[in-house]
Amino acid sequence: MIGYALGFGFAALGLALVLNLWRLFKGPGIADRILALDTMVINVIGIIVLAGIAGGEGTSFEAALLLAMVGFVGTVAYAKFLLRGDIIE
Amino acid sequence: MTGAVSLAEVLVSALIVLGGAFALIGSWGLVRLPSLMERLHGPTKATTLGLGAMLVGSVAYFQLVEGKWTTHEMLISVFLFVTAPISANLIAKVHLHRLKQGQASEAVGPAGTPAPPAPGVDWATHEAPHEGTPGDLAED
Repeated sequence: MIGYALGFGFAALGLALVLNLWRLFKGPGIADRILALDTMVINVIGIIVLAGIAGGEGTSFEAALLLAMVGFVGTVAYAKFLLRGDIIE
Repeated sequence: MTGAVSLAEVLVSALIVLGGAFALIGSWGLVRLPSLMERLHGPTKATTLGLGAMLVGSVAYFQLVEGKWTTHEMLISVFLFVTAPISANLIAKVHLHRLKQGQASEAVGPAGTPAPPAPGVDWATHEAPHEGTPGDLAED
């Protein structure tokens, strides 16, 4: 039963990543592209968590935590650069 | 014994399905909604409810099925709950700044265009730090 749920979760997250890619290429503004990248990081964290459940071992959560941190710092750096022309003033 | 295990499996499966469905709905909203201010709404749900449900499902899986006690997932959840509003706020600021500069266009959606700032007041997007605040580095 968990196997079916994991299959649905992987399919949903993969489709979500395709939708994010569409917004990343199409997105009319640069803010849309930052938002699409941020959402892609969120979906990849979900995939890592599901892979951790499927693998049955808790070693992939450090990767998920690192990706959460790097994704947040990347988003803030992008936005800061566009707002102020510099990342660390 | 088997009844308890199957109940745990039902719980974990429901949480995983809920999380995957909300992640998909959030990305679908990112594609479908007409303007950026409305588009910001969708992935926020994917972050909080979608990933939150998946992480709680992971904790429940390792606790109830594998018999191991893990709390890393809650760490990820707390970190995401703290940082998601900050990044959403910064993306909205980028959008408003570029809208003000005329480098972005606003599609007319159900929410309409954002109201312009009041006279004499500016959106806090590209403003220099005020005097006397900690961000004011050029005081001398």
